[in-house]
This record gives sequence, structure tokens and C-alpha cells, in this order.
Amino acid sequence: MLNFTIRRLVLAVPTLLFISLVIFLLLELAPGDPMAQVPLTVPPEVKEKMREALGLGQPMHIRFWKWIVQFFWIEPQVLIDSIFGTTFSEGDLRVISWQTRSPVMDIVVQRIPQTLWVVGTAYVVAILIALPIGIYSAYRQYSWFDQMGTFVSMVGFSVPPFFSGVLVIVIFSVQLGWFPSIYDTTLVVNSWDSFMLQLKQMIMPVMVLALQITAQLSRFMRASMLDNLNQDYVRTARAKGLSEYTVVMVHVLRNSMIPVVTVIALGIPAIFGGAIITEQVFKVNGIGQLLIGAIQANDLPMVQTLTFIFAVLIVLFNLIADVLYGILDPRIRYD
Amino acid sequence: MKIKTLLLGAIASTAMAPMAMAERGSDGNVSIIYWQAPSILNPFLSGGTKDVEAASLVIEPLARYDQDGNMVPYLAAEIPTVENGGVSEDLTSITWKIAPGITWSDGTPFTSADVVFTANYCMDPDGGCAQVTKYEGVTSVEALDDLTVKVTFDAPTPFPYGPFVGGESPIIQAAQFADCMGAKAPECTEENFNPIGTGPFVVTEFKPNDVITFKANENYRDPAKPAFATVTFKGGGDATAAGRAVMETGEFDYAWNLQLAPEVIAQMEAGGKGTPVAGFGPLVERIMLNQTNPSPDLPEGERSTAQHPHPFLQDPAVYKALSMAIDRPLLVEIGYGQAGKVTCNWVPAPTAFNSTSMTCDTQDIDGANALLDEAGIVDTDGDGIREKDGVPLKIVYQTSTNAVRQDFQALIKEWWSQIGVETELRNINASVFFGGDPGSPDTFQKFYADVEMYANTFNGTDPQSYLGNGLCDKAPRPDTQWQGENISRFCNEEFDKLHAKLAETAGLEQRAEIAKQLNDIIVENGGMIPLVHRGRLSAHANTLGGVVLNVWDSELWNAADWYRKTGS
Amino acid sequence: MTDHDRTDSLVPDEGIVPVSTVLPGAAGVMEEFTTPPSSQWRDVWDQFKTHKGAMIGAVLFIFIVAGVYLGPYLWSIDPTQIDIRARNQGPSWAHPFGTDQLGRDILARMMSGGQTSVSVGITAMLLALFLGSLIGVVAGFFKRLDGPLMRLTDLFLALPLLPLLLVMMLLFREPLSAAFGLERGIFILIVCAIGITSWMPTARIVRGDVLAIKEREFVLAARSIGTSNTQIITRHILPNVLSPIMVSATLGIATAIITESALSFLGLGFPPDFPTWGRLLFDGVDYLQQYPERVFWPGLAISLTVLSVNYLGDGLRDALDPRIRGR
Repeated sequence: MLNFTIRRLVLAVPTLLFISLVIFLLLELAPGDPMAQVPLTVPPEVKEKMREALGLGQPMHIRFWKWIVQFFWIEPQVLIDSIFGTTFSEGDLRVISWQTRSPVMDIVVQRIPQTLWVVGTAYVVAILIALPIGIYSAYRQYSWFDQMGTFVSMVGFSVPPFFSGVLVIVIFSVQLGWFPSIYDTTLVVNSWDSFMLQLKQMIMPVMVLALQITAQLSRFMRASMLDNLNQDYVRTARAKGLSEYTVVMVHVLRNSMIPVVTVIALGIPAIFGGAIITEQVFKVNGIGQLLIGAIQANDLPMVQTLTFIFAVLIVLFNLIADVLYGILDPRIRYD
Repeated sequence: MKIKTLLLGAIASTAMAPMAMAERGSDGNVSIIYWQAPSILNPFLSGGTKDVEAASLVIEPLARYDQDGNMVPYLAAEIPTVENGGVSEDLTSITWKIAPGITWSDGTPFTSADVVFTANYCMDPDGGCAQVTKYEGVTSVEALDDLTVKVTFDAPTPFPYGPFVGGESPIIQAAQFADCMGAKAPECTEENFNPIGTGPFVVTEFKPNDVITFKANENYRDPAKPAFATVTFKGGGDATAAGRAVMETGEFDYAWNLQLAPEVIAQMEAGGKGTPVAGFGPLVERIMLNQTNPSPDLPEGERSTAQHPHPFLQDPAVYKALSMAIDRPLLVEIGYGQAGKVTCNWVPAPTAFNSTSMTCDTQDIDGANALLDEAGIVDTDGDGIREKDGVPLKIVYQTSTNAVRQDFQALIKEWWSQIGVETELRNINASVFFGGDPGSPDTFQKFYADVEMYANTFNGTDPQSYLGNGLCDKAPRPDTQWQGENISRFCNEEFDKLHAKLAETAGLEQRAEIAKQLNDIIVENGGMIPLVHRGRLSAHANTLGGVVLNVWDSELWNAADWYRKTGS
Repeated sequence: MTDHDRTDSLVPDEGIVPVSTVLPGAAGVMEEFTTPPSSQWRDVWDQFKTHKGAMIGAVLFIFIVAGVYLGPYLWSIDPTQIDIRARNQGPSWAHPFGTDQLGRDILARMMSGGQTSVSVGITAMLLALFLGSLIGVVAGFFKRLDGPLMRLTDLFLALPLLPLLLVMMLLFREPLSAAFGLERGIFILIVCAIGITSWMPTARIVRGDVLAIKEREFVLAARSIGTSNTQIITRHILPNVLSPIMVSATLGIATAIITESALSFLGLGFPPDFPTWGRLLFDGVDYLQQYPERVFWPGLAISLTVLSVNYLGDGLRDALDPRIRGR
């Protein structure tokens, strides 16, 4: 197991380097101009000067090398500095965003809390709702509860968040006036009142997101349960005279959870990735909004860094899922 | 409303400014939403309106334009003119007197050294300053004494108010930015995010592309202002949500630039919590007519260049008919509502420069057909499309991807089909279309189409350099890497001569007269078809007082005068 | 095979013994081959018929597809025809779904938008399925290619999909529209973008199943009488992995339609003058309060299609699973 993990980790390094190159090349080749959003009243010569100031004049491989150095060498130093108060990185140029002319990582760190609050909560809520629904739907396959569950989860799956988001805003903010339609990222939770405010402003985005995640997870849970309910060991367990509750909630559930747990682990990178559309609709201004804004503004260092961080997370959680799988299912052996 | 009050309380309690003064900070918090989020508070490093306007709460120019486009002194004691001796007789220099007693928000005095520093900062060739055109022709900026600055130009400049006037050209503090000159400008994150200014507010926290919080400047020159203790400046989302937050839910007090369908604005206004306000600058949505042949059969490098004139678009009957077939009031109604007006002019504002010689507010399909028939441009082969000298009137009509523009395209295509002109519509992603990449065939400068539609405007109130966009030698062509502002490749000797005359003429009335003639020449000779004079539509909460929408300067130009209306 | 494999497939099983071989679920495959193949499809159909949801889904899906493709022959208003006097109208006999802000008939636009959406869904699904099955079968069948192909799959799984999709849209939009015309170019682009970013799960399921089936006696028997690899794959392996492929197919259509609408929202889908359901829904959202029907129809169309396709997939899965069949 340990061997396998180490081998996978070692293998991940070239994979990630290759991914970073692919992302870099894709971004380089994409047409688009970081100056496109500058108004027409700014003449082209000035725009050219601004482009040069961004370092766009340098050849591609130099810029890629620079990014690699900045991301893998200087940024970790900055991290160490900020933790231990050292000064390793002083005077080194960090990965700088073209939009804000400030270090990309600082903005990412600034955005992570709201994304974790909203998307993370939605994920937890979705898991809490999806698992019972999935279990019961499978246990009573084709009952009215199962049919309803299927229907609702499919509706949840098929309604795009830019529609459901606006719909809940119109209902709960405009008509009823219960919740704010714009997320306040400056709110500091330090008292019961501010916590209630935080709760209020989170309800709608969490609702919209959780609907989607629940839809998918409950389908997985149901399918996995169904698979196990027909197995021979279930029949054996019943034959032993175990109570129905023990059979389902202990024997079947435990086995069914194996694939579901890994699916949940695989979904975690998506939490950090944020929810591009939902964040946009509710003005949560988290990582997803940062990414789409950077793409629209052709802020290449920002897009490159963000997509690469996602790639790292995805690779990492793939590995965790594999290891989890091995731990949960003793029949699987890595060698 | 209750949520909002609570929210405001939470913010205000953490960042309440001292309440020593009688009035300052007495009205709590004001919240502003821009659907484009500011990414930097240094307007010299970003040309974006969102950044310029957010920064205008903090840093100020010597003089601003008011809502009518007149200059008003801010940090200057008065506006220098030839009459008061501020502008030299030969029009080559201007001397600004700074109002005495002004201090930066950190308490240090504001002096002419700061003004000189700002000029040097922006004119540094390595800095990539976005506002460098404001300093065009400036040879030197020198401090005569602590409160006097002299700007010298390389040639007579009848309009010497480029540097230090308007929101795009504010003054930054020399002491703060001293280490940020030239190539180091982008590295000064702290300075770029938290500039020290003379304006009514001071940055407390800047979250790029998200939210900015400000508090009242304790050292602001008017002890009674600003009325608000704090400002929350939220960015991001879309115009619909911003409008909704102000006019329907009342969560925010001011929403910027609501480019929305008129019905949507009307619906929001019915929400009763806010009011839309419109103001008109010189922004005109127009169709540019290509004077050169964009045919793909021509070799690359000759396509859309002056070597090959357009086969039919230079014919007066054709471009006049195309213009007559358009129902401009309907376009306004569908696309812009109260944020649009019918115009026949390239320069519709300021009022003194708006030519009144042409009318175009009624659609005349029959007249257009008659005009084409008279000119002998008729359908000879029975396919419903007219031909001129055997060339069918088939037009490629391109614009950027944008819902209103595609609606306009569909309508205009329909009208042009009624006068026997076939139109092929294309739309191009805005970042490519306006991107200016010389390698792309789809930029608006390259103009590989017969006609194209977009909007353009100019900063400030003087259209001289904007009118220069009609000069022969400003046409984009291969040897200028397809750069240049004369998009339609318009070329008219009379126009060029008259423009040279404008550059030498001082005196508003004479200048306005020449500018109107220039405007008429380009429109009457088929350089473009102006469609809609577009305004800026913003919305403010009904409880927010003192808002004066200003399109000539930052919309937040008078935020110091904003106050909370009582009794609501 | 069964749901179980579908869930497993999302787990990168680097170096793992293929799950299907160790899980008892695979045992069912044997039973299929104890009865003549001719009746297998009868069984499937019989089982499918009993799944009410699936039957309704199938009928509905066929109805929607027929509606968008054949509808325009019955309802002959041109979706681009502007009637400015009749704009923003509610439902009437002349315009059953009302008209939009330029007086275009919404029913006609729904049909023409549906053609695009359904075509995008089906074509993207076919592409993803083709790529996924090809890579899955090849990787499962030829041991030497297994490693490299699975690394490739891992690589694609590790690439963040939405940013990749967005970059692809930016990158290839212009050249493709130049080569194939604006609309067809974007169609090809969207289909390819969705197809290329969604084949990986299919490839993993198929590979797992192929690995299991390859070791079965009937394949061994076929090989022993000298059947060529190609024939083994097409005759013996493919029919047996059809079930997971079909299930991925139904899910693929739904995902593709949703992805297309998300792209429209982000401004990277089809241009505004080219209706698709996603685009119509997005355009209608601003008018949610004045003209709720503008979002209702496209929203309903998307939901119904996705729902019907999903139920169809559910039914197919049950019908193709021999352990459930015959219960």
C-alpha cells in the first residue's frame, strides 16, 4: 500500500509538469488580448506599451520557465516567509496577475474562504440529504418515494443554475425579501447576529448548489445499494435471522459506501474550484468567479495558476480515492 | 430592508470614523455596486472605467468636468484661461495654481511636487501608463513654487486641459509612489491598492475584483463632508443583478451603467426602491462603411486597403439609401429606451458641437428605393437584389457579440432586404473584435467586411483628436500593423484641411463651428451611418440624495456631496 | 454492465485488478450465454416494457426529437422572421408560445433551437462514446497499450474541464467558423469540446468490462479456433459491453445539452442570433418577471429531454442487467 502510494506520488510529478505545459500552451495559443477590455479611447500605441509592461514581448519558453520558477520556487518561499516570518523571498518577483498587478496567490488566498463556506457547505448538505434518499430509494425500488426521488434528482440535474439561481432570487429576495440577493464578502462572523447574517446570505447559493450535487450523489448511492441488495451475502445474512435493519444499515450499507465514498472524495477538488455559474449569479466572488473573470480579461498568469492548482487537487484526490478504495475494500490489492 | 440595516450595522461598527465634526460621517454607510469589479485603484495602470471610477473616490485631479461638461476647479484655485493669464498667449503653456491648504489623507500638505511627480510617473516610457495620451505634446512639467505648476507643450495647444483634468488624470502622492516609477510600477501592489489621496474617502480594505471598503477622509478639505462615514463598493455579477439590488430589493444605493433592455429597467423601477438616471456623453453606436474593397478574392495585404475602392459603398445613392431605410426611433426603443436618442451625428455632444444640419428620425423605405432606382442601381437579373455595374449589392455586416447588437443586425438586415440589399450577418467575440491583434482577420481595425457596427466616444469635452479619426493617414493598413483609428478608411482632402485649421483655432465658438462642419462632411460623404446616441443609465436608491449623473467625468465625481435622505 | 461498474469507473484504478473481475456482479454475464442469443433481445425488450418510467421516457424522447425535426414542416413560420409590430406578445393562436422582443415566433425558435440542442447532445454523445469505447476496448484488450492509454485517460481526468472547455472555445472558435461558416463551425467546436472532455468515464467502464470478459471461456474458445482479434472484439467483446455503453450514452446526451447551455451563459456558446434551448433560456432569464413564459418553455424543454433520456437510461440499464431481468 505504502509502495503503491509512493509510486503514484512520484508518477504524479511528471504528469503535473506535463499538465502545466499543456495548460500554458493552450493559453498561449488562444487568441485574445489582455488589453481588449481597455476602452477604445486608449490608442493602440499606448496599449502596446502596456502589453510590454506586462512582459508579453518575451518569447514563450522564457515566460513558461519564469512561471515554473515563480510557482514552484518563489511561491513556496513566500508561504514559508508568511508562516515563520523569514525573508527568503524578499525581492523575488512572484506570479503577478495582469488585471490587478498583484500576486495571484494573495488573491487566491483571499477568495478561498467564501468559496469554502458556500461550496463546502453545499457539498456537506448535499451528502447529508443524498445518502438517506439513495438508501431508501434503493431499498424500496420503484416505490412512490423512489419515483419521486428519481424525478426530483433528475429535475435538479437538468435545471441550469443560472436559471434556478435567478428564480430563487426573484422569489426569496425580490418578492419575499427574506434573503439578500448579493453575497457580502466583507462580513466577519464574530457574533451570533453576524452568524445569522452569514447563514441568511448563504442559504440561496447553498440551496441551488446542493440541489445539483444531491441529484448526482443520490443516484450513485441508490445504484450502489441496488447492486448490493441482490447479492448472495444479503440472502445469507437474512437467512441467519438478522433483523432487516441490521442487514440493510450494517451489511449492505457498508459495502455500498465503498464506491460512494470514493466518488465523494473525487468531488472535493470541485469544492476548491468553486462553482463558476452559481458564484457569478449570487456575487459570491470566490475562486470560480475569479477564474471566469480572469478568462474574460485574458489574464493568463491568473488562469494558468488557477487551472494548475485545480489540476494538482484533482491528481491528489484521485490518489486519495484510490487509497481509500483499497482500505475500504480488502479484496482490492495493490501491487 | 431589515437585513440591510443589520448588514450596515455590522460593517459600520468595525470601521466607524471619528464623529468629531458636526456633519462628517453622520449618514452611516453608502453601498455602491459596479457589475464590473475594480481590479486596481491606480488609473494609470488600467484604462478600465471601473478602475478609474473606483479610484475617483480617493484621488482627484486639479479640475473636473461637471454634468454639463464645464470644467470646475477641484484641487486648483481656478481654471487657467488665456483671459486670466493662466494659458500663455501663444497657447504653448498652461500654469495651474493649486488651492492653498489642501492636505493628503495622511495629513501631509499637497504641493506642486506631487503634480510634477504624477506627470513624470505617467510619462515614464517603461511604466505602460494607460493615460499617457493625456500628456500628449507635453515637453515639461515644472513646479514654479509650492503651489504653482507650469505645463509646456511642444506646439500651440488650443485645448491645454489634457493633463490633470478629469477622472482619468488624477494626482497621486509623490511620497507614496516614489519607488514605483517606470518598470517597477506594477510591483507596487500595496500602493496600487491603497493610494493616498485628497478625495473624500480613504481605502480601508481592497479585495481585488470583489469589494472595496472606504471610510471618510479625516483630512478632507470641506470639514462638513462627506456625509457618509463608510462606503462599500461591491463589484462583479451582471447588470441585471445590480439593477435589481438597487431598485427592487434595496440592498444597494447606487448601481453603475445598467445596459439592460428598456422593459427590464421599467420592471425594476416598478419595484419602487430606486430610480434610474440617464446622462448623455458623446457615445454613438454607428455603422462604419468600408471605403475600400474587403473582398476575400483580393490578396492578403491589399484587402480592405486604399488600393481597391469599394465597388458600391462610395456611391451616394447607396449609402444614403442604406441610412434612409433604418428606423432609428425603433432601434432606440428596442435597444436602449431612455438611455438612447436618435442621432445623425458622429459628435452629438457636448451640445455646442452637435450639428443640426441633418435629420434622420423617420424611416423612408420608398424614398430609399426611389433614390436607388434614379441612380440606375436596379435589379437586373430578377433575384431581388440590386446591382451596380453588375456587382450585386451584397453586404457583409459584422459586429461584436452582444445581444442588443444582434437584435439591431437582425432588424437592419430586414430593412435593407426591403430596398434590395442582401446582408450577411457576422458577429465576433468582443475580445477578438476589439482586441487589435494584427494577426487576426476579425478585428474591427482590419475591417474584412463591408460594414461594421460598434460604439465609440471620446474623453473630456473637446472632440479635436476624436475628429482626427477621419484623417486619411490614420487608416489602418498593413504598414501600420493594421493600427489606426480611421476605421472606415475615409479620405477627403477638404476634411483633412479643415481639421488642420481646427488644430490652430482657439475660442470655443469657432472650434464648435469647424467641428460641426467636419462632422457633416464625414456623415454626408458616407464614412459612417450614425444610429443611436447612447447614454449612460445608472440607478440610485430613492433614499440616496445628491446624485448628479456625470458622463464627462467619473460618475462618482461628487460622492462627497451624497447624503442619506431623511424620513425614509 | 451494472451501476456498480459505472461508479467504479470514476475511480482511477491504476494498477488495480479490474473491479469487475472480483465483484460477484460479473457472474451474470455467464448466464446470458446459456440461452440462445436470439431471445436475449426479446428478454431485454420484455423487461424494458415493464419499466413504466422508461417507456414514458422513450416515448417522450422520440416525441421531442420528432417535434424539433419534423415540427418545422407543420409550423412553417421562419424563426428569424421579424414582425416588429407583434413583439413581446403573449400566447395566441398566431403564436402559441408568444413572441420575443423582435416579434419572432417563440414556437418556431424553440423548434429550431431544439434541433441544435438535440443535435449537439446526440453528436457529442456519439463522439464521446466512440472515443471512450475505442480507447476502453483497445486498452482492455491489448495489454501493451493498456498502460499508455490509461495514463492518457488519467491525464484528461486531471485536466480541469471547464477552463479547458473555455480555452478551447476561445482558441478554435475563429478558425473553425472561418472554415465551416459561423454556425457550423461553432457547432463542430461545441460538439468536439464536449465530446473530447467527456469520454473518460466510458473508457474506464469499458476497459474494466473488457478485461473481465477477455478471460472468459467463450473468448478463449473463439481464440482457440483461430478467430482474429478484430472478430473477437466485434463479435464477442463489443456485444457484451453494450450495456455500460448504452447507459453512458443516455447520460451523455443530458450532460451535453446542459454543458451547451452553461457555455451560452458564460458567453462562449452559440452567438445570440442563433437560438438553442440554452441560449433561449439564458436570454429569457432577464425577462423572468415580465414574461415568465420565455424561460418556461426552454426550461421545460431542457428538463423534459434530460428527464426522458435519464429514464430511458434507467430502463435500459435494468433491462440489460440479466440479474434484474426476469425478476
